[in-house]
Amino acid sequence: MTTTTTPTARHSAPRPAKVRKRGERSPLASTALHLTLIVASVIAVFPVLWVLLTSLKPAALATTTDFFKETTFENYTNLIQDTKFLTWFGNSLIVAGLTTLIGVIVSASTGYAVSRFRFPGKRGLMWTLLITQMFPVAVLIVPIYNIMAGMGLLNKPAGLVITYLTISVPFCAWMMKGFFDTIPREIDESGQVDGLTPFGTFWRLILPLAKPGLAVTAFYSFITAWGEVAYASAFMVGEDNLTLAGGLQLFVNQYGAQWGPMTAASVLIAIPAALVFLFAQKHLVTGMSAGAVKG
Amino acid sequence: MAVHTSQSVVKAAGDDVARGRSRGTGNPPPPGRIRRALSTHWYAWTMVAPVVVVIGVIIGYPLVRGIYLSLTDANERNVARSIGVNHLPATYKFVGLDNYTDALTGEQFLGTLGWTLVWTVSCVTITFALGMALANILNRKIAGRSAYRMALILPWAVPGFVSVFAWRFLYNNDRGLLNKVLAGGGFDGIDWLGDPTIAKISVIVVNVWLGVPFMMVALLGGLQSIPSEHYEAAEMDGATAWQRFRHVTLPGLRPVSTTVILLSTIWTFNMFPVIFLLTRGGPGEATQILVTQAYKFSFEISPRDFAQSSTWGVLILVLLLIFATIYRRVLRTQGDDW
Repeated sequence: MTTTTTPTARHSAPRPAKVRKRGERSPLASTALHLTLIVASVIAVFPVLWVLLTSLKPAALATTTDFFKETTFENYTNLIQDTKFLTWFGNSLIVAGLTTLIGVIVSASTGYAVSRFRFPGKRGLMWTLLITQMFPVAVLIVPIYNIMAGMGLLNKPAGLVITYLTISVPFCAWMMKGFFDTIPREIDESGQVDGLTPFGTFWRLILPLAKPGLAVTAFYSFITAWGEVAYASAFMVGEDNLTLAGGLQLFVNQYGAQWGPMTAASVLIAIPAALVFLFAQKHLVTGMSAGAVKG
Repeated sequence: MAVHTSQSVVKAAGDDVARGRSRGTGNPPPPGRIRRALSTHWYAWTMVAPVVVVIGVIIGYPLVRGIYLSLTDANERNVARSIGVNHLPATYKFVGLDNYTDALTGEQFLGTLGWTLVWTVSCVTITFALGMALANILNRKIAGRSAYRMALILPWAVPGFVSVFAWRFLYNNDRGLLNKVLAGGGFDGIDWLGDPTIAKISVIVVNVWLGVPFMMVALLGGLQSIPSEHYEAAEMDGATAWQRFRHVTLPGLRPVSTTVILLSTIWTFNMFPVIFLLTRGGPGEATQILVTQAYKFSFEISPRDFAQSSTWGVLILVLLLIFATIYRRVLRTQGDDW
């Protein structure tokens, strides 16, 4: 994917057209490309940016169209003082953190097993991992609720973590499998020749090589757990136990149509996700591609 | 112990390809086969055990239970429940396939299914087209590429309920920015989420906005794995830009695209949060897709209708399974080993 103009420039040689080097673009093409990207970026960023800008306006002026108006942090201070926002934030952080940690370990080992070994049940497992993504929340949520109640995990972070793992692990394991497929088998073999157990090979040789894949997996698990709504609002009750998704719903009812505090909350919620994203984004393209190519 | 293990691994890794499917179709198992299988495969099984256990308990049981409920007339009034200290036993009964005949012959299911299909197909098509275009542009040498990439991936990094909230804020009738801008230009405001047709377009827009980054990143990765020699060869043969796209880029992207299209079709079909948080299926039932409607049956109507909800859920699953099977069969040529 280098150029759009070279061949025409080259083949229309009789005309005294300017001959461009391979990979060069006409200024017009460059402008068009930049214009497309700028428009797309603005569309991508604007809704989020608008929420950020609104959160900095006084609550009463939340719906003005000015970009900046009487900039203030009162939405944030009110939010933190008047609600249990920080508690919910902490709960969400625990749930999402644990989901990420366990999710990465579990999906990496599963991905490694299906990538390297041929064992009875592998094909079935791959299908199961795909099929679990098709299960609608609506069917699962009541029975899962009952299971969690039976195990006494309702209203505890552990219950949510386990549930979120069932959402994130199937996709992550699939992605990790594709990623491990790109790491040469000779590396495993050399590890075994040197006397490492399969687990040792996996842990000491392969995992360090799979960092981009792990970064993507971590990103995906975290985002899944951080932004999930349905299970979170069904499983967690009581103001102290809520995660952000549930807490925010309380908060909408409490404040009606007041956008000010809502926007402040949204910004604060987006920050950890953005941090994880910054950490992972370097690896996102390589990690995803390897995962998706081999699927 | 360690020595024994590593030996069996070398062996297993060595004849990895020769083994496989032919196993199990052969002669009756020799004595001790289970033990042999265990000693050959115990490490693989150990590694996948956590996933199997968690999925089995948290997905398997609810699924079986859901299928069972779909064959009964269970609702809020006749399931086992506790009122104060009294425990009432379940009184719902088995009704066979009645729920399925009702669903498949009634208008509600087929109507919702129709919109769900429109929703899925348009979302996936538009998302894929935009993702493909942006990935192709970003794959060129262009100034500020990483800045653009960051900006374009942003919708993915923001939690879903925050971005849906952001869009509701923009769409808001009296005070939303979109209508204020329209009013500023002298136009009448549009009822973005209140008019059935416009609401449908609005939810598709939001879902496309949410979905493009994933597509773009996946396709970008795919583009980077196409060897540049292919393009050089095509250029030498005088292929135009379109021909290079058509005959080098598209075939090169095939493995990635087939996977992301499959995944994104499944995800879009079951895209609960966007519809639920943006319109709750309204106005009326205009934007209700199968999943949100099934959720509504078991949580929002009174009495809660668990049986019908499960029936719809099972039907969703069956539809997706049929789709995935046909899709894989059509694309078998890739030689995937599962």
